Amino acid sequence: MSSFILRRLLHAIPLLLAVVVLNFLLIAFTPGDPITLLVGDFPAPPEYLDQMRREFGLDQPVWVQLLRYLAKVAQGDFGYSFANQQPVATLILERLGATLELTLTALAFASVMGIVFGVVAARAASRPGRGLVDSAIQGTSSAGYAIPDFWLGQLLILVFAIWLGWLPSQGNNPVRGTLPGFDGFVQHLSYLVLPALALSLRYLTLITRITRAAMLEVMNADFILASRSRGASEWTVLVVHALRNAAAPVLTVIGYNVGFVLAGSALIEAVFAWPGIGRLLYESISKRDYPVMLAILLMVSVTVVIANLVTDIVHRWIDPRIERA
Amino acid sequence: MSDSELLLDVRGLSVDIGQGAAALRVVNDLSVTVRRGEAVGLVGESGSGKSMTAFALMNLFPSPLARVAAGQVLLEGRDLARLPPAELRAVRGARVGMVFQDPTSYLDPLMPVGRQIAEPLRAHGRTDGLEARVLELLDMMELPHAARVARQYPHELSGGMRQRILIASALAMRPALLIADEPTTALDVTVQAEILKLLMRLRKELDLGILLITHDLAVVAETCQRVNVMYAGQVVEANEVGSLFAAPRHPYTQGLLASILSPQSRAHSLFSIPGSVPIAGHWPAGCRFHPRCPIALAGLCDSGMPTLRTRGAGADRCLRSDEALAADAWQRNEAAAS
Amino acid sequence: MSDPTQLTMTPPAVGTPFQKAGFRRRLLRRPTTLLALAFLALLFGLAVFAPLATGHDPLGGGDSALLEPLSPGHWLGTDDLGRDIWARVVYGSRISLTVGVLSALIAVVVGVVVGALAGYFGGWLDTLLMRIAEFFQTLPRFVVALIVIALFGTSVLKMIVVIAALSWPQLARVVRASVAALAQSQFVDAARVAGMGHGAIIVREILPNVAAPIIVLGSLDIAMAILIEASLSFFGLGDPNHVSWGAMLNDAQQYLRSAWWMSAFPGLAIALTVLSFNVFGDALNDALNPRGPK
Repeated sequence: MSSFILRRLLHAIPLLLAVVVLNFLLIAFTPGDPITLLVGDFPAPPEYLDQMRREFGLDQPVWVQLLRYLAKVAQGDFGYSFANQQPVATLILERLGATLELTLTALAFASVMGIVFGVVAARAASRPGRGLVDSAIQGTSSAGYAIPDFWLGQLLILVFAIWLGWLPSQGNNPVRGTLPGFDGFVQHLSYLVLPALALSLRYLTLITRITRAAMLEVMNADFILASRSRGASEWTVLVVHALRNAAAPVLTVIGYNVGFVLAGSALIEAVFAWPGIGRLLYESISKRDYPVMLAILLMVSVTVVIANLVTDIVHRWIDPRIERA
Repeated sequence: MSDSELLLDVRGLSVDIGQGAAALRVVNDLSVTVRRGEAVGLVGESGSGKSMTAFALMNLFPSPLARVAAGQVLLEGRDLARLPPAELRAVRGARVGMVFQDPTSYLDPLMPVGRQIAEPLRAHGRTDGLEARVLELLDMMELPHAARVARQYPHELSGGMRQRILIASALAMRPALLIADEPTTALDVTVQAEILKLLMRLRKELDLGILLITHDLAVVAETCQRVNVMYAGQVVEANEVGSLFAAPRHPYTQGLLASILSPQSRAHSLFSIPGSVPIAGHWPAGCRFHPRCPIALAGLCDSGMPTLRTRGAGADRCLRSDEALAADAWQRNEAAAS
Repeated sequence: MSDPTQLTMTPPAVGTPFQKAGFRRRLLRRPTTLLALAFLALLFGLAVFAPLATGHDPLGGGDSALLEPLSPGHWLGTDDLGRDIWARVVYGSRISLTVGVLSALIAVVVGVVVGALAGYFGGWLDTLLMRIAEFFQTLPRFVVALIVIALFGTSVLKMIVVIAALSWPQLARVVRASVAALAQSQFVDAARVAGMGHGAIIVREILPNVAAPIIVLGSLDIAMAILIEASLSFFGLGDPNHVSWGAMLNDAQQYLRSAWWMSAFPGLAIALTVLSFNVFGDALNDALNPRGPK
């Protein structure tokens, strides 16, 4: 098992490097003076520009520049955002919490509900007469998968914030300040509901689909019949045997599509004015704040590579049959 | 042979696939008995309905469309076909165990085999001394290094070992009846013999009643005391093994026996029954075998379903079986002599 | 936003030409498929014959009232600049379909070429190409497209190229797997013995058998591409010279309270279009992969 982990790590490192190099290449080959690129569209004093040129060694060959970039990244120096008058790293760290809150909530909700719906649909599908439940779940899944998350966000705002007035629509806390104590927590939660819901929908439909398919395949398996022939209870058959065997493909889909949710969070944060990294991305694009954009790209890519790595390991842990590197 | 000694008494079992007008009766009015300590064979080709019969006994079908349509399955006097689910669960694995054809697909790939052997014990609340019992069963199955084997996963074991695991699991609660559905078909030839020997040993040691379902008459010859031959969803002949092999009464049985290759077989005298097994639902009128039968009589064999007639210790479903020419319907003896 | 459906469905088995008997019947069996096809036909019709579908100018409001709700004069209302929503939805279909179909097409071509080369020749070429494919597949499609467009400027062409560049890896891997399996088969050996060159073998013998999964993935890629284009436009990175549904949703963001129709209809257009392509792709997959209903 530990050799497996090691092999996967070794496999992932070139990917990480490739991601960083890609980032660098984007910087290097964007039209325009690279310094302007790094500084963005902001009036910076010429002395600073000259200093940056020297610092970045733009007179050096490309590969030296790459190495210096790698060194900077390794130290956590992602440059300076003139738009926000802060080092990029600090900026990102400030907003990271809000995004984590949103994405992790959406991930958790989608995973749990997706598995539940998938199991329900699979059970309904295999009993004659309950086919309607299965069709309903499948149809809703298909439709849900086609709905763009940002549009869904707008729809939710229209229905729940504007027409019904039940929930707030912008930001993650009231502008006037939160109430103290537990009330404040509940109030904060009310801001989380709609964006998390909008973000989780497509992911949820995906998980429902894979869970249903995996469960159906497993439930027709011979060893389920064998288990029943031994007098096992329905719970044992469904959970201990079926779900565990179906877990492998479900977990891999959950893990390999984390990037899905990360990307969606950019759009959702824009719609709901959620003060996270996605919103930062939106702002930096409209303000042409390149250092921030590139740093976010790097961060997201690295996160996805790590998520894939973790998924590989978890998959191997669940299914002892997996031998390949 | 009083009824009270009968372990398994199947009376007039019929199995349907589907419902209402579209239902297909794949097993038709089948009756079979098994006594304690006795191995009874149920022989048939694919399409004869033998596997459906096996699943019907525990009312456990792979397809949700199949169901017991008529008849009784009496195990120690209780009709399994009519039991409510909770009571049926109490019987499965405890009073009757089942072994299946392909040990690979019938074992959970993600669970160590020891736990799977223990499953019936857990299911019926016998949680004391689980480990000891599992090791005891593994020993009974002649598996060395029992403790290590118990921790392994199915894919780490050979086909023969996996089948022994299935058998161990079926016998964990010391049931009186073991249903074995083609237990050796998926195994290598050398392993087949070992498994059969194991089953016969267990039969004697545990006074186990075994219903052995197979397509292979040779297997039946070696292991069973009585045998039932199935064709197109019905039993067409039943008898003690020795009598059946010496003097088969139904033309189908005779044909099956003639098809068995032996060291005396030569290419010019190879035999196979002409025609093919009818597709379920498209059975011929009257005797289901008559289109392929060498002694079929128009007017007799194609009108009205022949019933199973008892004669001595055996029974058969041929309307002409008491005629002299029926004793050698395919005229093999003359062909062999020439 | 990597395309997850590749993990949920098995592409049709290799060697299943879709000229098989009963293909059309299986394809058109379900009413949802027919609806999806009808919608797509309608959409293509609207895109091509846009001026016939609406008299309003999608780019200018003229003297129309601003933020006017649904009315006989403006079927779907007007936006904050007095532009007719129905007209903008109709014209917006052009961008969506163009970007969707073209990027999928390019991705298919690149994917097939790369996959075929990797699968047929194997060895270091295979490893190299597949590692590259894996790298591209790991990158989160939308974020990368976003950044690249933001850096390099936007245009329809650039969007098509970027989306295609992020979509080909998945296709390449599927093609590679199928080609690699077929390259070992006997009929390829027979062709080689008969003196066919590598190129001819690949094109004439192997690729027709791979067509089925490609077509299915291709149609699903169209749906994904349309979503990405809409997302990019929503972020303000769409081509400003063209009407785009995503950009319309961006406009709608500020006017949710006063003009819900600015959000509802473009969004509905996106959803229905993506749904139709998905349904079609699924139906294709079922028709090419005849497996009995469970």
